[in-house]
Amino acid sequence: MTEFLQLDLAPMLAATLACLVCGLVGNLLLLTRQSLLGDAISHSVLPGIVMGFWVSGSRAAAPLVAGAMLAAVAAALLIALVRRLTRLEPGAAMGVVFSGFFALGIVLIEVSGAHAVDLDVDCVLYGQLEALIWPAARGPGALLDAAALAEFPAEVTTLAVVLALTLLLLVLLWKELRLAAFDPDFAHAIGFAPRRLSLLVLVLVSVACVAAFWAVGSILVIAALVAPAAIARLLTNGYAAQFRLSAVAAVAMGAGGYWLAALAPGALGLGHGLNAAGMIAVLAGVLLAFAWLFGPFGRRGAARRATVAGHPAAAT
Amino acid sequence: MPVAPLPVPALTVQHLSVAYDKAPVLWDVSWTTPQAGLVAIVGPNGAGKSTLLKAVLGLVPRLSGEVRVFGLPFAEARARVGYLPQRASVDWDFPATALQVVAQGRYPRVGWFRPLPRAERERARAALAEVGMAEFAGRQIGQLSGGQQQRVFLARALALEADLYLMDEPFAGVDAATERAIVGVLQRLAGEGRTVIAVHHDLATAPQYFDHVLLLNVRAIAAGPMATTFTPENLARTYGGRLSLLERAVAAAQAGKRPAAPVP
Repeated sequence: MTEFLQLDLAPMLAATLACLVCGLVGNLLLLTRQSLLGDAISHSVLPGIVMGFWVSGSRAAAPLVAGAMLAAVAAALLIALVRRLTRLEPGAAMGVVFSGFFALGIVLIEVSGAHAVDLDVDCVLYGQLEALIWPAARGPGALLDAAALAEFPAEVTTLAVVLALTLLLLVLLWKELRLAAFDPDFAHAIGFAPRRLSLLVLVLVSVACVAAFWAVGSILVIAALVAPAAIARLLTNGYAAQFRLSAVAAVAMGAGGYWLAALAPGALGLGHGLNAAGMIAVLAGVLLAFAWLFGPFGRRGAARRATVAGHPAAAT
Repeated sequence: MPVAPLPVPALTVQHLSVAYDKAPVLWDVSWTTPQAGLVAIVGPNGAGKSTLLKAVLGLVPRLSGEVRVFGLPFAEARARVGYLPQRASVDWDFPATALQVVAQGRYPRVGWFRPLPRAERERARAALAEVGMAEFAGRQIGQLSGGQQQRVFLARALALEADLYLMDEPFAGVDAATERAIVGVLQRLAGEGRTVIAVHHDLATAPQYFDHVLLLNVRAIAAGPMATTFTPENLARTYGGRLSLLERAVAAAQAGKRPAAPVP
């Protein structure tokens, strides 16, 4: 028990919270058919994070988030600019910009000397869950002990705050975000500023990317952004249920993936743990496959939709 | 709620020009609607009919020109304007029910950051009932037929309780029952002194359903009461050299319920 508290509680919480933040925000991308934008942003924030780290010299959340958001907005603007200037299809413009930003981030890590401290390419790719330990936990009593709790890894607390803020915004702007996602033209016509709302979604996605960055790494953030929403979409046709189920899926893949990677190998007698971020993404894929096979809007749903589409009244 | 006749026209457009990628879509369009009634915008594909509505609403940038709604800039008259977008402009696979979509028409009354009060939801339900869709309130919108989806959009526009409606092809691809429902709603709105401006494709039904017409082909060709404006000569000028279409148009105009007036 003490070993679990010291070594596994913080990373497990971090993985779960990161998946929750990304998974909830990911719904807004999936429902507007912009999941690729999540991919673009999650990669584009890297140079911003490195710059924030370089300038501030610390892993404090504020400068990293500020840098990441600058990079995300810059990438989004650059994607729009490339599209306008070159008339490339959106996917091509996105692919060029986000891989360029990501590569710039990798180069910046090497140039800035950040890798000498604790920001290296491995961390960027796979996250640093295993580094989150809570040595002050001497037993179950630590959970109620203020002094021990004060030493709880700050990354987890930051993630909890980000999750709370995300939930607050989702609740406050519940009907506004749904309207802007479904029909931005109508939203504009009746004065519900869809452009400002989509900018807010962009900010939410970049914050979620930074928050999840330490937990699962920059590449696998995309799994956390897309998989919970995609799983939920195969299970429901309701808007609120979409968010509820994506939260369940996010917890399942975060906590479940960490457990499979860190604890299950020991229980099975394997000598070493597995990479948690990798296991989380693998589990997400497995859950998605199950949702597709057995969900009401997965395989059978697709077959039903096909017949509806063939129906003359629906085809008009 | 009947609306008293207004001293100002519902919509005035002056010297409006819009271009996409330097190609003009609307060129120097000046047009004033009547004070109330049903107005059709008619013209060939690519004539800028939808773009005119979108330019009024600020959905596409204007190159030049001025738009006045009830004598005011659009932003100040927004609460009195309702919009019905083209059905194909949204993703009907979106997880929402018919009632949730119609309730969006009550959002301006509710304002930002507040959930929809029960009373507003009931207003939305009443709008859905007016278009004959009461029993589909809880249905996911993707499971409705095309005509039913169009009626959901119409109910959402009705829920706005606007004085000026801009409708983008309300009759496009709908079944007979939906067409009757839309006509009934339009007549109710006109009877209350409201104005409806609708992009309309079907030349055969235009003189039946609408009192006034704007013939548009990048430029405003002619505008006025249907009887004196919807003439073979004006249609020929609107549709250019497309003869087969023109012949159909002439036949339609003459077979229409109201007799085509002789050209002065």
